[in-house]
Amino acid sequence: MDYDMDYEALGLKAGIEIHQQLDTREKLFCKCPTLLRDFDEHTGEFQRYLRATESEMGEIDRAAQEEMWQMRRFRYYTYDTTCLVENDDEPPAPMNREALDAALTVAKMLGMTPIRQVHMMRKLVIDGSNTSGFQRTALIAINGQVMEGCRIDTLCLEEEAAQRAGDSAFSLDRLGIPLVEITTAPCMHTPAEVQQAAEHIGMILRSTRSVKRGLGTIRQDVNISIRGGARVEIKGVQELNLIAEVVRREVIRQQHLLTIRDELNTRNASVDETVHDVTSLFSGTGSAILKRAPAVLAVRLRGYGGLVGREIQPRRRLGSEYADYARKCGVGGIFHTDELPAYGITADEVRSLFEHLQADDGDCIVIIAAGREKAECAARQVISRAAYALEGVPEETRRMLEDGSTAYMRPLPGAARMYPETDVLPVIIDTEHWESLVVPELLSGKAEQFADRLGLDPSLARQVAFSERLMIFECAVDAGVKPNLAARTLLGTLTELRRDGVQVENIADDALLQVMLAAEGGRVAKEALPELLRVVATGVPVEDAVSQTATAVTTDDLRAMVRHVLEDRADFIRGRGMAALGAIMGVIMKEVRGSVDGEVVSSVLREEMRSFLEEEKP
Amino acid sequence: MELTGTCITERDGMIVIKLDNGYNIGVDPSACRWLERPEAAAPRLAEVLQDPALPGIAIISTGGTIASRIDYRTGAVTSQFNADDILRAIPRLAAIAHYRTHQVCNILSENMNPSIWQELAHGVYDAIKNGAEGVIVTHGTDTMAYSAAAISFMLDTPVPVIFVGSQRSADRPSSDNVMNALSSAAAATSPLGEVAVVMHGSPSDDWCAIHRAVRVRKMHTSRRDAFQSMGMPPIGRVGYPDLDVSLDMEARLRRTGEPLLQDRIEERCALLQFYPGMPPSLPDAFDGCRGLVIAGTGLGHVSTTWTPVLRGMIEDGATVVMTSQCMHGRVCDRVYDTGRDLLKIGVVEGEDMLPEVALVKLMWVLGQTRDQEEAAAMMRADLRGEIRRCSAHGL
Repeated sequence: MDYDMDYEALGLKAGIEIHQQLDTREKLFCKCPTLLRDFDEHTGEFQRYLRATESEMGEIDRAAQEEMWQMRRFRYYTYDTTCLVENDDEPPAPMNREALDAALTVAKMLGMTPIRQVHMMRKLVIDGSNTSGFQRTALIAINGQVMEGCRIDTLCLEEEAAQRAGDSAFSLDRLGIPLVEITTAPCMHTPAEVQQAAEHIGMILRSTRSVKRGLGTIRQDVNISIRGGARVEIKGVQELNLIAEVVRREVIRQQHLLTIRDELNTRNASVDETVHDVTSLFSGTGSAILKRAPAVLAVRLRGYGGLVGREIQPRRRLGSEYADYARKCGVGGIFHTDELPAYGITADEVRSLFEHLQADDGDCIVIIAAGREKAECAARQVISRAAYALEGVPEETRRMLEDGSTAYMRPLPGAARMYPETDVLPVIIDTEHWESLVVPELLSGKAEQFADRLGLDPSLARQVAFSERLMIFECAVDAGVKPNLAARTLLGTLTELRRDGVQVENIADDALLQVMLAAEGGRVAKEALPELLRVVATGVPVEDAVSQTATAVTTDDLRAMVRHVLEDRADFIRGRGMAALGAIMGVIMKEVRGSVDGEVVSSVLREEMRSFLEEEKP
Repeated sequence: MELTGTCITERDGMIVIKLDNGYNIGVDPSACRWLERPEAAAPRLAEVLQDPALPGIAIISTGGTIASRIDYRTGAVTSQFNADDILRAIPRLAAIAHYRTHQVCNILSENMNPSIWQELAHGVYDAIKNGAEGVIVTHGTDTMAYSAAAISFMLDTPVPVIFVGSQRSADRPSSDNVMNALSSAAAATSPLGEVAVVMHGSPSDDWCAIHRAVRVRKMHTSRRDAFQSMGMPPIGRVGYPDLDVSLDMEARLRRTGEPLLQDRIEERCALLQFYPGMPPSLPDAFDGCRGLVIAGTGLGHVSTTWTPVLRGMIEDGATVVMTSQCMHGRVCDRVYDTGRDLLKIGVVEGEDMLPEVALVKLMWVLGQTRDQEEAAAMMRADLRGEIRRCSAHGL
């Protein structure tokens, strides 16, 4: 596909929504820890049904309505670290002030205006990811700015949803972790800009040092439209480097949908609203799916022939969109004649299908095989989505697939999904409190500082500033560890050890600091650090580990050892002279097993070699 | 920076505004400018369709969270729906029965009182007289067990009278109101013939328990399965979502015949929970009460310092009934001296009655007779299944 597009000419408008988990001690509405668990650690399970309710204005949200088509039973896993609030069996506790302050701090960094009185809302979500059927969310601040000319519309404080643990099972450990949601205006015009803005906002969030780190703790939703297209919201882009790709692919998709629309209109295409029962037609079919299904229904799309099978995104065809809509009714998928004969359906069967529906070559027929009720529901969905192809791009919420393409998720939700959270009292944000919030230094500023003042290489400085170990780095440098040693240990050594399977997360910050100080003070050789950390990671106290690894080799011992090695290899040294130094160095380092600093070994060895060679002279 | 939105209410000196994105915020009134005042649109209400071929059921509403909605004045949840709204909110009810609805009151259950019990008893009685094959009473859960017990004593019913509520408000997608209401309709059309409470049987949406009204207690502040039968298993269960009703051998079954209403009650009764060191001046303050139920310690005791005060009350014609704050098990005042002293002065042992059931029963008994001896005998007798002949094993 061609990625060299003129986005300006296409009228690309994009905005992002960033969801970042906060690293608070407790959850947003209960006192449970914000701790993620393994699913198999769950201690209990219960199950519930959800249904759409009206907003206080008396409307039902269309996205919620669509979820209601199937009565679905959800299972929930509980843990010894979750409580009745997550179960929706107890009213929420008052809003967590630590979380509110963290959100306000971010708002202040983005130059936003705080809301005078914060009202917690219930955002209707009945896909099962919230036991209550809603996500609690409050607008905290409005109208900020990020980078040049990009407006931040809103900042909300929300509760995290439960994690999906299977088809209809959800795990309650994540539910209720505080989350800030930052929404930009649709002020970006190229895929690269979107990615830059996401990176920049991510950096600001991490600068507060009160956000969670690691995969899944930050998620981006992207809003995209092109001229003539429609606003599409793409949910849950977890990897930053995929954002630009997602935007590109959505632009391509919308372009293709517009091209298809024009072609359909040229062909005078239309959608036949009749749903045909063709069950008997396939009574003798070799297709297992059709044979098994209680009902086989067909819909004729007049003039759609060839277009339903057309690719609109890598590995996505127009027909894939129809299938997504149909799945909302609980069917597994659909067949369309652009892809037939295949899947056990023969050319003869396709022919008789066309005859039965009085269709011609320019048409496409969609087949749905399922229980009657589900199949009828799915046929109506296909008809409505197919009819929309005549208009262009539908407004939708979509979810990202692994490669950056997207699939239909639900209609764009409207304001009707919001209902006041009556169990949580409003919170006033007074001016005094707002002014007392301290804005932390940006990580980008830190990086410059580390390069300028500490003399770190700029790229290493940036790596340190943006790393999770920034805090311990600063402590170490303050305590007298040389910046390079601290940076190398924290970024290089630990990463290598982790790759080696060492559980470096078991090493407490305090232990890390002690280890670096021991190296700085010469009590262990820098070369011994990996070995030392490896031991500390198994739970051995630092002091014990230091005496284990550093079997105190005194300079005299070292000298004796060096002498011994030189004498053993006298011929070799005589032959090579000082050029033998490197090889001998290796032998000695192996002997001392890292307990002596390489520089010390090198200088002792140099001296001893010189005198050895002097002595050998006739 | 200007934002536009819809003013929803003014509360605590703040104007609450719904922004176009659906979020509500509170702002200082001085920061607001009125743009227009649109006419309030009348809500479009769907017609409630009924199938007259199905059994006729009366829904009598008293308010409560089975049918509640946000009140913008206070921002809290209050009961605002009438019974028609319940049918609108739970369409599947229409497949079980056809309904007549009647609203006795619209209150939160903590505001319930004995004179409303009487109105409620009349409402239920009239509905049965008018041919209802079952009655559903929607009620806030806080005092539902009291009301259900009161109706149990005041009304001898040949058909099921089912009390139902919800623990989690009806305005949330996860509310227990739908399953509870559907289960109550299933129970109201079942072969049952007594007053019962139908609520969640577990934290899951899998079954509802049918509890005998005079043996049930709200045992949790917020859980869906807060209601528990005490000292006996539930008298039946309703599966969900199949709504299959199964009744225990103990359940009283539907009968032909007329309901009997005996709605007189003596409101001058009280319930007192004894605690160590509770001064005798406290029961003294109930002087003038015609009946007093004590939730005593253990087997049914109070401090010996109380004996003279209680003797005085009984001599003045009051009935004093002893129950236990243990909730499980039977009162026995024949084991220790303090208990024997209580029996000597005429305190009535309340057997294994729940303290609040004993209170409601005492009100009703004293409404039926003024004779102390007869009242004591009625209190000791099992009238509606409130006293078990044998105590169950375990808790």
